[in-house]
Amino acid sequence: MKRASPTRQRLAALGLLGAPLLTYPLLSLPGGELLGIPASYWYLFGVWAGLIGLAAWVAERQG
Amino acid sequence: MALSGWFIALLSAAYLGLLFAVARFGDARADAGKSIISANVYALSLAVYCTSWTFYGSVGRATSGGLSFLTIYLGPTLMLLFVGVIIKMIRISKAQRITSIADFIASRYGKSHLLAGMVTIIAVIGVVPYIALQLKAMAASLDVLLDREGHAGGWLGLDSTFLIAATLALFSILFGTRHLDATERHEGMVAAVAVESVVKLIAFVAVGLFVTYGLYGGLADLFQRASANPDLGRLLQLDSGRAGTWTAMILLSGLAIIFLPRQFQIIVVENVDESHIKRAVWLFPFYLLLINIFVLPVALGGMLHFSGQTVNPDTFVLTLPLAHGAEALALLAFVGGLSAATGMVIVETIALSTMVCNDLVMPWLLRSAWLQARQQQDLSGLLIGIRRVAIALIVLLGYAYFRAAGEAYALVGIGLISFTAVAQFAPAMFGGMYWKQGTRAGAVAGLAAGFVVWLYTLLLPSFAKSGWISSGFVEHGLFGASWLKAQALFGLSGLDEISHCLWWSMLANIGAYVAVSLNSRPGAVEASQAERFVDVFRYGRHRKETRLWRGKASLDALVSLLERFLGTARVRLQLAVYAQAKGLEDWRTLPVDAEFVHFAEAELAAAIGSASARVMVASVAEEEDLGLDEVLDILDEATQIRAYSRELEAKQRELEAATAELREANERLREVDRMKHDFISTVTHELRTPLTSIRALSEMLHDDPRIELASRTRFLGIIVGEAERLTRLINQILDMAKLESGRAEWTSGAVDIGEVAREAMESLGQLFRDKAVELASEVPSAGPVVQADRDRLMQVLINLLSNAVKFVPEGSGRVYVRVGIDHGMVRVEVADNGPGLTAEECGVIFEKFRQGGNTLTDKPKGTGLGLPISRQIIEYFGGKLWVESRPGAGANFIFTVPLPAPEE
Repeated sequence: MKRASPTRQRLAALGLLGAPLLTYPLLSLPGGELLGIPASYWYLFGVWAGLIGLAAWVAERQG
Repeated sequence: MALSGWFIALLSAAYLGLLFAVARFGDARADAGKSIISANVYALSLAVYCTSWTFYGSVGRATSGGLSFLTIYLGPTLMLLFVGVIIKMIRISKAQRITSIADFIASRYGKSHLLAGMVTIIAVIGVVPYIALQLKAMAASLDVLLDREGHAGGWLGLDSTFLIAATLALFSILFGTRHLDATERHEGMVAAVAVESVVKLIAFVAVGLFVTYGLYGGLADLFQRASANPDLGRLLQLDSGRAGTWTAMILLSGLAIIFLPRQFQIIVVENVDESHIKRAVWLFPFYLLLINIFVLPVALGGMLHFSGQTVNPDTFVLTLPLAHGAEALALLAFVGGLSAATGMVIVETIALSTMVCNDLVMPWLLRSAWLQARQQQDLSGLLIGIRRVAIALIVLLGYAYFRAAGEAYALVGIGLISFTAVAQFAPAMFGGMYWKQGTRAGAVAGLAAGFVVWLYTLLLPSFAKSGWISSGFVEHGLFGASWLKAQALFGLSGLDEISHCLWWSMLANIGAYVAVSLNSRPGAVEASQAERFVDVFRYGRHRKETRLWRGKASLDALVSLLERFLGTARVRLQLAVYAQAKGLEDWRTLPVDAEFVHFAEAELAAAIGSASARVMVASVAEEEDLGLDEVLDILDEATQIRAYSRELEAKQRELEAATAELREANERLREVDRMKHDFISTVTHELRTPLTSIRALSEMLHDDPRIELASRTRFLGIIVGEAERLTRLINQILDMAKLESGRAEWTSGAVDIGEVAREAMESLGQLFRDKAVELASEVPSAGPVVQADRDRLMQVLINLLSNAVKFVPEGSGRVYVRVGIDHGMVRVEVADNGPGLTAEECGVIFEKFRQGGNTLTDKPKGTGLGLPISRQIIEYFGGKLWVESRPGAGANFIFTVPLPAPEE
C-alpha cells in the first residue's frame, strides 16, 4: 500500500500544532509588554512567523 | 491639497497598461510553451486573497477590534498547511477537467445540473456585494485623493467608479476569455495578479514604515503613546471574552481561502504544477505576515493623529501620508489599493463568468429550441460571447449594488458575509472528497439548508440595517416569534452575528447533508464519480473509465460535437495529440471505445462543464444504462482486487520474514556443527600429544634393552606423567560433556567458602613450596556460608590456584587469596603477579582448549578445560567468574556466588 507523503504529514502536523497555539485559551497567556511592545503582539507574530519558518523548512528541504 | 484628477487618471491608466503588458507577455510565453508561472509566481498570485478589504479595511477593523483582524490571515495560514487536501482537489480537478467550484461539486454528485446551478447562484449572491465593496473602495480612495465629498467627479457625465468598473470588465474580458482553453488556464492573468500582489505589499509596507518611523519614533513609541490613551490602550490587549469569535473567524477564513471562487480559480484551476503548492504553503503566509505587521501601527497612528476629527479609519492609509504632505507616498498607496481591488475583481469575475456560462446559461441553452435548430453550427464563438457578457454583467451588477448601497451598512460587513456564504460549500466539498456515501440529495439538502440559514441570519439582517427592508424579523423574530429572531436564533445570543450565522448554518448544512446522504441511494453515475473522487490517488487517470461506460458511438458524431463547441482547429490538434499517445498516425483510425468517449466528454467538460458535457455526449452516443447495481458490482470488484492484492502483499511479507528466520537458524546450526567439528579435532589433537610421547618412549624402552637405568627411570617418569595428564584430560572432557548436557550430578548443602578456600590452599601447599611461591590469604575464620556443592567449589578453587602457581615466576612468585562479601554475593579473588593477560586474552581463556601463554612455542601447561569447567560450575550456582588483568600486572581471577536469601 502506498504510504502518505511524509512532507504532507509533517505540514499537517504543523497545522494541528498551530491551531491551539493561535486560539484561546493559550492566546490569553501573554500579558504585559517587552521592549515597549505588547506581549500579545510579540506572541501572535512570533508564533505565526515560527510556523511559517518551520513550514518553509519542511517544504523546501530536499528528499 | 488636492491632486489633479487628470494626473490620477493618467497614473491609473498607465498602471493598468503595465498590467496589460505583463498579462500579454505571460500569455505569449504560455502560447510558446514556455510558461512563466513558477512556484513563486503561483504563491504570489494566491495573494489575490488580499483585496482592498485588506488594504484599506484591515486598518479600519484594527481601530475597533485591535488584533482580531489577524484571524482573517491566520486561518489561511493554517488551512494551507493541510497540503494533502489541496493536492487532492488539484488532482481531482485535473483528472476530471474541472474548471470551477460549481463544476467540482456538480461533477462529484453525478454531474448534476441542479447542484451546479445552486452553487453558482450562492456564489453570485455571496460575492457580487464583495465586488461592489472593491468598487466602493476605489471610489472612496479617489475621493480622498481629490479631496472631495460624494462621487461627483466623472467624464462625459459618467462617474469615475463606472469608468473604473468598465475598464476592469474590459481587462477581464481580454484576459479571461481569450480562448476556450482545455484547462481554462489564464497564465497572463496569473502573472498580472502576481505583479499586483507585489505592488500592494510594497505600497502598504511603505505607508507602514512612514507612519511608524517617519511620524512616530518606531513601534515601541507608538505603542507607548497608544497605551497612555484608555481608548487606544484597549486595542493592544487581546479580549478573551471574544474567544469564540476569534476561533470562528479562523475557521471561516480558513474555508474562504479555498472556497472563494477566485481562490479556487487561482489555487486549483490555474495550478500548473502540483509541486508549486510546496512553495505556496509558506511563501503566501509569509506575504500575509508582512502585509499585516504595520496594520495596527497605522491604525494607532491614525487614531492618535486624527483624534477628535471624523476621518474614516478605512482611509488612514491615504489620509495619513496626505496630512503630512507626502503626496508621492499617498499616490503609491492609491496604486496599491487599486492593485488590491482590480486583482480581486478580475479573477472573481472570470471565475464567476465560467460558472454562470457553464452552469446557468448552458443547461438552459441545451434545452432550448433555438440551439436544436442550429445543429451543425460552430458554437465556440457563442460560448466565448456568453462568458464576455457574463463578465460585463457581473461587474455591472457589482456597480449597481455599490450605487444602491452607497454608505449603507450592507457594504461594510460584506467581506465576512461573503466568506460565510462560500463556507456553505465546505460540507459538500470535503464530504465529496473523503466520503463515498455522500449523495446528490444530501448535497442539495445541505447547501439549501445552509444557504437559507445564511440568508436569514446574515444577508437579510444586513439589508434590514441598511433600511431596505423592515427590521421586524431581526428585532422581534419572524411573525413575532421571539425564537426566530434572525440574529439570536432559538435564543442563542452573546455571539457576534458572523459566528452566530456560521454555527447555525454549519449545523443545518452538515446535519442535512449527512442525514439525507445516509437515507438516500446514489445513482449509477454518482456512485462511479464518488469512487473517482475519493480514490483519486489510488487509480491511474484512465484505468477505470473504460469499465464504467458501455455503448455505441460514431467517431464522426463525437468529433463534430467537439468541433461545434471547441472550434475545428483546436479539436484537430487535441485529436492528433490523443492519437499520437495511442501510437496511431491518423486520428481518423481511432477506435471509438469507452476511453475515446471519455476523452471527448472530458474535452467538452473543460469548455462547458461536466454536467452539460455529459448531456451532450449522451445525445450523440447510444449509451447502455449500466444501472446502479452493475456500477457498484464493477466498483466492488475493483475493491476486492485491491483487497486481494493487499492480502497477497501481507502474505509475501510474512514469507520473507519466515525465510529470514530460517536462514538465521540454518546459520546457527552450521556454526554449532563447525564448533563440534572443531572440538573433536582439538580433543583428538590434545589426546594424541601425550599418547605420542608415551608411545615413543615405550618403543625406545622396548627396542633398546641397553638403555641406562637413569634414563629408563626418567623415561618412565615422563610416561607416568603423560599418562596422568591423559587421564586428567579424559576426565575433564567427560566432566565438561556432563556439565554441558546437564547430566552432571550435583549435591547441594551449606558450604563454608572460607573453609573450602583454606582447605584448597592447604592441599596445594606443597606445590607452592616446591616452586618457592608465596601464598598469602585474607579469609574470614568462619563463613561466609552459601548453598552449593562443596566438591565442585573445591574443584574451582584448586583449578584457579594451580593455574596461578603455573604462571607465576619461580622464587619471586606471589599468590593472594581473598574471600569477602560484596552486594549480597560472596566474592572470592585469586590474584597472582604473573605475566598478566591482554584484554583479548581475558575473554578467550574461558573458551575450551585455549591456554594461557604462547602455545606455539611453550609446552602447554594445562589441558585448556579447567577454566571453562570452572565457569560452568560457578554459573550453575548463579554466580559469575571473570578475570581482571593487564599485561605485566598479574591476573586477578574473581568469582561470586550468591548468598542465600535471609529467612524472615
